[in-house]
Amino acid sequence: MKLDDLLKQTNEWLKETGPECEIVMSSRVRYARNLKGIPFSHWAGTKQRKKVLSIIEPVLLRNSCLKNSLFLKMDEVNAVDKQFLVERHLISRELASGNSSKAVNISEKEIFSLMINEEDHLRSQVMQSGFNLNEAFRLIEKLDLELEKSFDFAYDRRWGYLTACPTNVGTGMRASVMLHLPALVMTKRVRRILESITKLNLAVRGLYGEGSEAAGNFFQISNQVTLGRSERELIDGITRIIKQIINYEQKARDFLFEDSKKQLEDKIFRAYGILTNARIISSKETIDLLSLARLGINLNILPGINIKTVNELFILIQPAHIQKIEGRVLDIEERDFKRAQLVRKKLKA
Amino acid sequence: MLCDICHKREATIHVTEIINNEVQEIHVCEECAEKKGMVTKQNFGLAGFLGGLADFGFTSEEEAVNEVELKCPGCGLTLTDFKKIGRLGCDRCYETFQKALLPLLRKIHGTAQHSGKMPAGTGKELENESDLGRLERELKRAIEEEEFEEAAKIRDKIRDLKEKNKREKKDEA
Repeated sequence: MKLDDLLKQTNEWLKETGPECEIVMSSRVRYARNLKGIPFSHWAGTKQRKKVLSIIEPVLLRNSCLKNSLFLKMDEVNAVDKQFLVERHLISRELASGNSSKAVNISEKEIFSLMINEEDHLRSQVMQSGFNLNEAFRLIEKLDLELEKSFDFAYDRRWGYLTACPTNVGTGMRASVMLHLPALVMTKRVRRILESITKLNLAVRGLYGEGSEAAGNFFQISNQVTLGRSERELIDGITRIIKQIINYEQKARDFLFEDSKKQLEDKIFRAYGILTNARIISSKETIDLLSLARLGINLNILPGINIKTVNELFILIQPAHIQKIEGRVLDIEERDFKRAQLVRKKLKA
Repeated sequence: MLCDICHKREATIHVTEIINNEVQEIHVCEECAEKKGMVTKQNFGLAGFLGGLADFGFTSEEEAVNEVELKCPGCGLTLTDFKKIGRLGCDRCYETFQKALLPLLRKIHGTAQHSGKMPAGTGKELENESDLGRLERELKRAIEEEEFEEAAKIRDKIRDLKEKNKREKKDEA
């Protein structure tokens, strides 16, 4: 597989095939692991990072979970391509920047992504469509069991898997769920709910990662605690809370549909009108309007549009994607123009 | 939204942290964040924030002076480095900075004892110990949520496991 092949396919987790996918866009589980006796990547010298890469690379290439993978050394990837991988949630911003010997292994359907020499030696993630932490967990466990046969991971009986940041130590596991909560935002209840979530040791972020605001009414919720609970307990804990939030969002959607159907329809059709007619449009505006369109499809207000197309657009309209599609570097003005064109074309198809 | 520190510029960095059930939300502009050491040019994150936490969190000034030159034999990281970057340098750092880390881990995670999986072959006895901890927490939750049937099942499992541990210890003796 080549990097440009990714452009021809839709990330598996956008295909809207998983459970509860009307409200839950995707589920993700990641493990942080380090090799015993070598400084963590962010602190290691050039030679040590090189060594880490030389130990991990051959093992990944023969791992059964990772057949036909794409293996990329970040030194050989240009700036637009790096941004492109960040936009697809395949690498972190940290991997895209800074020092050498960083690499990523991306599995055929973009389900597995393994980053080498991020702040830890190895960060593996599994993405799934919809609310499917269990399947993501099963897959990452399968991968980890296999990796364990080849690596001696840094581990301590008191503190579990040792990681660069003490916020990851123990299980090294972060389970996160991407929720689409437009009705809770419209009914102004989202803030209170999310505040109570943070009291339950969960963290909330936006769609576009750490520090990003909740663009398009997407909220990423993940476990904050990684130590003192088993992986299963952490998954079950977050699952219980996500189920409640899904329930709240569903109720808010029902309420809006019954109580203010006309206003809701108006909002959604206006959004659709702009999306299908605009000639120049920014990422932020597109994301907010797509969010309304997505709600419209789920409530059967906007018939005849495939939800997969809308999901895919959330990724495709980002700057590096637009430039990859056009095959050249574009300035902001050109991007806003090409973005509008792309959205019209996709929604009318 | 304006920056919480200078109250002049637009806040572009938002941090939500939960420490021991307390939510802390901070909204700051890039300039102030950089001044406060919350961001470096390339990378903003938990690190500086954590370093700050460590600062007022776990050491009295006296201790800080004494420990400032503590250095990890595995990688050369000092406690001052850790406070600055909020990350450890290697697996041996955990042992080296144990005294400073324990209260910090308790602050972040509510505990400083791992109870998840372990690499294959790390030991059966250990596994039982962490199973026991997990079952006891499950029991507590089941009772809280009034799932009494489940609670009874968990209680039986705990009893079996404790007996098994006793037998194994006897066998070893």
